Parts: sequence; C-alpha cells; structure tokens
Amino acid sequence: MQLTQEEQGMLAGKQGNAVKKSMEILVALGEIYGAKRMIDVSSVQVAGVSYHNLGDAGLEFLEELARDGKVRVTTTLNPAGMDMENWENLGISKEFAEKQKRVIDAFEKLGIITTCTCTPYFIGNLPNFKNHIAWSESSAVAFSNSVLGAYTNKEGGPSALAAALTGKTPEYGLHLDENRQAQILVDVRTKVSGTRDFGALGYAIGKKIGAKIPLVFGIKKANIEELKTFSASIATYGGTGLYHIKGITPNRTAKPKERITINKEDIEKAKAELNDSAGTEIDLVAIGCPHCSIKELQYIAKLLNGKKVKKETWICVARPIKGIADKMGYTKTIESSGAKFACDTCMAVAPLKGRFKALATDSAKGCFYGRGSNSFKTKFCTLEECIEEAVK
Amino acid sequence: MNLTGRKIFAGKASGEALVTSQAISFYGGVDPDTGVVVEKGHPLEGKSVAGKILVFPQGKGSTVGSYTMYRLAKNGKAPAAIINRECETIVAVGAIISEIPCVDSIDISRIKDGAKVEVDAENGTVRIL
Repeated sequence: MQLTQEEQGMLAGKQGNAVKKSMEILVALGEIYGAKRMIDVSSVQVAGVSYHNLGDAGLEFLEELARDGKVRVTTTLNPAGMDMENWENLGISKEFAEKQKRVIDAFEKLGIITTCTCTPYFIGNLPNFKNHIAWSESSAVAFSNSVLGAYTNKEGGPSALAAALTGKTPEYGLHLDENRQAQILVDVRTKVSGTRDFGALGYAIGKKIGAKIPLVFGIKKANIEELKTFSASIATYGGTGLYHIKGITPNRTAKPKERITINKEDIEKAKAELNDSAGTEIDLVAIGCPHCSIKELQYIAKLLNGKKVKKETWICVARPIKGIADKMGYTKTIESSGAKFACDTCMAVAPLKGRFKALATDSAKGCFYGRGSNSFKTKFCTLEECIEEAVK
Repeated sequence: MNLTGRKIFAGKASGEALVTSQAISFYGGVDPDTGVVVEKGHPLEGKSVAGKILVFPQGKGSTVGSYTMYRLAKNGKAPAAIINRECETIVAVGAIISEIPCVDSIDISRIKDGAKVEVDAENGTVRIL
C-alpha cells in the first residue's frame, strides 16, 4: 500500500497512540483486501456500543483510545444496550447501566455524537451521493450505499472507529465503482407494500442470492420506511452491503446476466418462516427495527389513541426523533396507552434473554435477533397487527 | 518444515498447534472468560484456545468478534499466535487491538494438530518442529 508522508507519520505514532493503533488497523485491512491507497471519509457510523457485547475488555479498549484520540469527521453511534435515561423503567440492572454509561462516556470523550441509533441518516449524519464514508451497522450500510448512493464498505466497530480517528479508510471493495455493479437480476412479480412486506422481500431475496449485489425489477414505489426495513432484512438474511432497485435507487449499474424471480409464494413462504410463535403467548411487542421515523411515530400514535396496551410494548427510536414526537404530542398519546419508548436501544441489543418468551414485530431483522440472541419465538406481522396484538 | 505467508500483526510465539479446518466465530463461539470454544458442533467445541498456536482458515460471524479476542487477551486466555489461510476483517482487527502475532496466506493443511510450532509474524514465517 502506498501511504502519504502524513499517513506514514500516523503509523509511526507521531500523532499519538490512538491514531497509531487506528492506522495499524486500516493498513492491515488495506493490505488484506489489496487497497492501493487511503482515501478521506466524510462520515462515520460506529457499531459495538452495547456493553452486553463489549464486556469489560471492550470498555477498557475504548477508554484507552479516549486518552489521546479524537474523531476527525462527523461520527455517530449505534444503539446501546439500554435507554440511557429511562433504563430502570425498561428493567435494566444498575450494574449494567453503570458500565453502559462508561462506554458512552468514552465515546463522548472521543468526540463522537452519542445519539445511539441505527438510523443515523434520520438524525443528521446524512452523506450524499458518492461521498466516501465508513459505516458499520449492516442495515445502515445497505441504506447509505443503496438509497443515498454513498460509498462504504461493511465496517466492523473497531475499523469504523479507526476511520473516524484518522479521517481515512483503505480504498477497496465498495469504494470502487467496478465493485458496485449488480451481479444478479431479481424480478419481483408480486405487489409488495408496507414494512412487513418489504422485510419479507429482503428475506426472500437474501436467502436466494446470499451476499450478491442485486438489481431488483418490479417495485413500483417504495417509501423511506420500506427501504429502511428492506435494507435491514436483505443485509441480515443475505449479507450484501449494496442493492439496486430500478427506478428507485440512484446508482447506475449494467444489467447482469444471471436472473431469478420472486413470486407471491416466495413472499408468503418468507412470512411463514418468520412466524414460529403459534402456541406461545406473545409477551413483548416491539416496533422500530431499524429505529422508527417520525412518520412511523405519528402513525403509531394514531393507532394507539385512546387504547391501552396489555403487553410490554416497546417503540424503539433515536432520542432526537422522540424529541419531535414530544413536541407534537405523539409521545403523550403513545405513553398514555402504556406503551414504552426505548430510545438509544432496541430489542436486538438490550439484554432481554429470559425476560420474554415471544416477540411480535413488523421487522424481519428483529425476528432474527429475537430468535438468535434472545431465544424468543417470533410473530412477524404488519405494524397495524403489532398494535392489535399489544392491545389484545 | 518452514511455511511462509504474510504478516497481519508482528510478534513471535511458539507452542502447540490447535488446528481446525472450520472457520471460527469468536463472538458467541468462544467464551471470553475461559478461552473454551463453545460453538455447538464445532470440531474444537470444548477445547481451549488459551496459549495455543491457533490454526484455522478464517474468521466468521459478527464483527464484535474482534472485541471478544481483546477480552480473551485481557483475561490471559488468548491464543499465543494465530495462523490463517485467509485472514479477514474480524480476526485481523482482533489480532491488532489484542496484540496477538498473526500470519495468513499459509497452507494450513500442512500443520498437524498438536504439532510444536514457531511463528515469526514479522517475517510471515511458520516453522514446524
């Protein structure tokens, strides 16, 4: 790899230990993936925030970096293991809360904007077309590459942090146009509408094509909420960091030769496979994976108006978006029903194992983590059905 | 016998090789407190990576695995060195932040489980004694 004089100095430790460690990571990745040089990034999203995943060692690593490290570009954080203000009400232990706060303090000391969300694009970390960025969080990577047309590889927590502390990333993979071409054409021959359908579509495509980059035909329209959930689902069940949808996403691509079809039966099969809660009473309803938009909060408030929830109900959202809901009165309506806001966190990263048996959600990705990390049964349904389940 | 590959993170180590032909997921697959492989059905299930020259094709699973490697190192349960066929992001980053000597581009099929091995990661060499 060809490094500039400044980059060589960073590697030699001339700009401190955090920068040195970061440059070691970036150079090693560049060498592994055959990058020729470093490029500047304008935005970073850092995953690996929940104390549940980091443990004491991860926490120590971050505190050590924070001794002399400072981020050089706009950097935001993924969800934490708890709501940073309302954790007690959501059943989080004092010990966990203390450690989680130390994690966030270390990130803050590094100069990171500590709004913990998987939808940084909703709260102002919004790259535009062809910006080179370094994001972790697979759903946000797929969204930024595909919907915004920014350029990022699928970073892990430490490599994203390394990019933030140096302002650089090795140029390989999805930073290069030749690697952003569609590899398989996916012809969707059925109507999809709403977050549940788009989640099922991401599941069906992901299961069929794995991590290949698809060019999807046959989607007439899609709103931001549908694209957000599609990004999460296709990244979770397939693994791609980039997709193209004809007439909807901005990147240009040649038409690939390989071709598959998605029919109504594939969508129905996806829905069925994400439903395994029959015979188990639903005891947790969670909406907002990825975190809710203000439009979703507005709609949830309308659905919950004047009703009472009978089950633990979590609305997962970035705190600044809840701030808008506070002002508009949606928060009051939602909380009057007994539903709880889970800001800064979600059902996928909070330590919930053993607390609940079965989860109802409109998120295909949420089903994956509900089953995996938390051993829940899952009911995969529309947003409206989630609310019906909650008040039943 | 000497094998030559590529440095991922510099350092020297020697010890007993713990070899698998299967990828390893450190997050969820290795207990960070004990170093024991806990992934169900993995050929190394129940064995400890602590102090071993850990030989496997590549990492897999969640990128949080890099932090798991760091936790192993802090707990004194990390492998003495890592030899991969093809190192990827999770293991490379984990080795760097945990300061575990690591080489890749090695024909790992030539290393027998239990063999005494010397790793000189700076020069990318593996010596089987």
